[in-house]
Amino acid sequence: MRLGEVSGSRARGDGALKLAVPRGALFDGTLDLLDRIGVDTGSLRSESRSLVFNTQGLVLVTMRPSDVPTYVEAGAADLGITGKDVLLEQHGRAVYELLDLKYGACRMVLAARREDDSLREAERRLGAMRIATKYPRATERYFQESGRRAEVIEVKGSVELAPLVGLADGIVDLVDTGRTLAENELEVREEITTCTARLVANRVAHKLRAAEVDELADRMREVTP
Amino acid sequence: MIHRIPPGTRDVLPAEMRELRRLQGALAAVFERFGYGEVATPTIEYDEVLARGDERGAPVAYRFFDADGELLAMRTDMTVPIARLVATRLAGDEPPFRLSYFANAYRAVRPQRGQMREFAQAGVELVGADAPEGTAEVIEVLSAALDAVGLTRAVIGLGDADLYRQLLGELDVSEDRRERILALLAAHDLVGLEREVDALGLRSSERETLLRLPNLRGGAEVLDEARELGGAAVERATQRLAATYEALSRRGVAARMNLDLGLLRDLGYYTGAILEVYDPALGHVLGGGGRYDELVGRFGRPLPAAGFALYLERVHIAQAEEERLAEASREQGAGSVQP
Repeated sequence: MRLGEVSGSRARGDGALKLAVPRGALFDGTLDLLDRIGVDTGSLRSESRSLVFNTQGLVLVTMRPSDVPTYVEAGAADLGITGKDVLLEQHGRAVYELLDLKYGACRMVLAARREDDSLREAERRLGAMRIATKYPRATERYFQESGRRAEVIEVKGSVELAPLVGLADGIVDLVDTGRTLAENELEVREEITTCTARLVANRVAHKLRAAEVDELADRMREVTP
Repeated sequence: MIHRIPPGTRDVLPAEMRELRRLQGALAAVFERFGYGEVATPTIEYDEVLARGDERGAPVAYRFFDADGELLAMRTDMTVPIARLVATRLAGDEPPFRLSYFANAYRAVRPQRGQMREFAQAGVELVGADAPEGTAEVIEVLSAALDAVGLTRAVIGLGDADLYRQLLGELDVSEDRRERILALLAAHDLVGLEREVDALGLRSSERETLLRLPNLRGGAEVLDEARELGGAAVERATQRLAATYEALSRRGVAARMNLDLGLLRDLGYYTGAILEVYDPALGHVLGGGGRYDELVGRFGRPLPAAGFALYLERVHIAQAEEERLAEASREQGAGSVQP
């Protein structure tokens, strides 16, 4: 094995481009996209424990979606795929957002308990709503932009729990089908935005490996509806 | 008991300091060779002086009151203080001024590798020399500085600060939409850019121009590609870039340039040419600069000017990375000799 070919490679400017691939909800859609542009994803589909995969012309590194901007900003990966929700939450990361890949669509919403007025009451009487979320920065910004104040409570686990036991008046979360909300007697009050998978690039790679970056982005653009 | 230091600051110990001093020495020799005399200015300035220089500029990290109740601020770069210096202390002297500096500056940023709130800059300012020769001279100094510290693979991006703004003006885009589009471009959000541009309802050729420019980067061929897009703003910018590029060719430094029509610096005082520095061993930008023909005039002495600043800590990291790469490839070479 040649040095600098697999893990820990800092040999940027030489060798294959490194693409950060998100595990989790976007994983299957990402593998399908890579299949469509002719990248062999067989090993990613079978070896579930490996983290780094060498394919023809592209090194794929798998990680949590929320880690993708970190790796790409630092240049440990030249490019990456992650959700718009992650980019909204990590607003201010110096990465290029190159392409809307359209898959993995879900809505970021403000939700509260059905037939419950505490959201509006809290705003009317107390001047601020208590909002539980995994997206504190995106939530903060959303409320600021609409001139309202939220007391943002960051939680790591099931956000739906918070309004049920009185930790919060409402939640900001991602909704796919809306079933989890319905099961917990919650309903959508406001649509914040729609989030899809995005292709991001490191700033230096975007400049110094322009031809390769553009070529990969173009191939992805061609197979994106 | 823990005695803290403020976030985004750090102590430097002898092993690192020795290397930083060596780095500074190599840069200082280059600046001296090109006739750039070193200056120092106060770390603290009156807040109103910094704001006069650049109200949309880098975020001030520290503001405080002095004993007289005056509002002070820690400088965010050296360009604004030097503009003040040229308009005041050097008021009686004849331009051009060739000045260099090694100084700490302070910005309210999220601390990360090679980006602290207190950081060291090394740079030059050439005040009183017009484009394109003044710009080309500054880039020649920058190129020599990169070579002198061993970053021979480093690349200098060259773009135009006015291009996109003027283009939007030419297309009669309203003020607030213009600002929104420029903010998206500055945040490198090309998906958001496409959405905003689509909402403008332009002709397809105009839409094409706005969306393709941020991706036009590379050698001299990108100027031809840009010209094909058409429009007066593009024509003016490409002419300016071509003139700078020709001046750089005559000075023998055109080869390391990356012409980049999507370049947009985050500081408000730039006009015309703007620069960014990259090294393939590091994922972060090493420094930047450009022309600021209106800045010194804001202090009462209209003079064309250009300069660059390198982030010293990042240059040091890039140096270390390049050394490690060279070592790795030496080992690799030695290995392949064996049967």
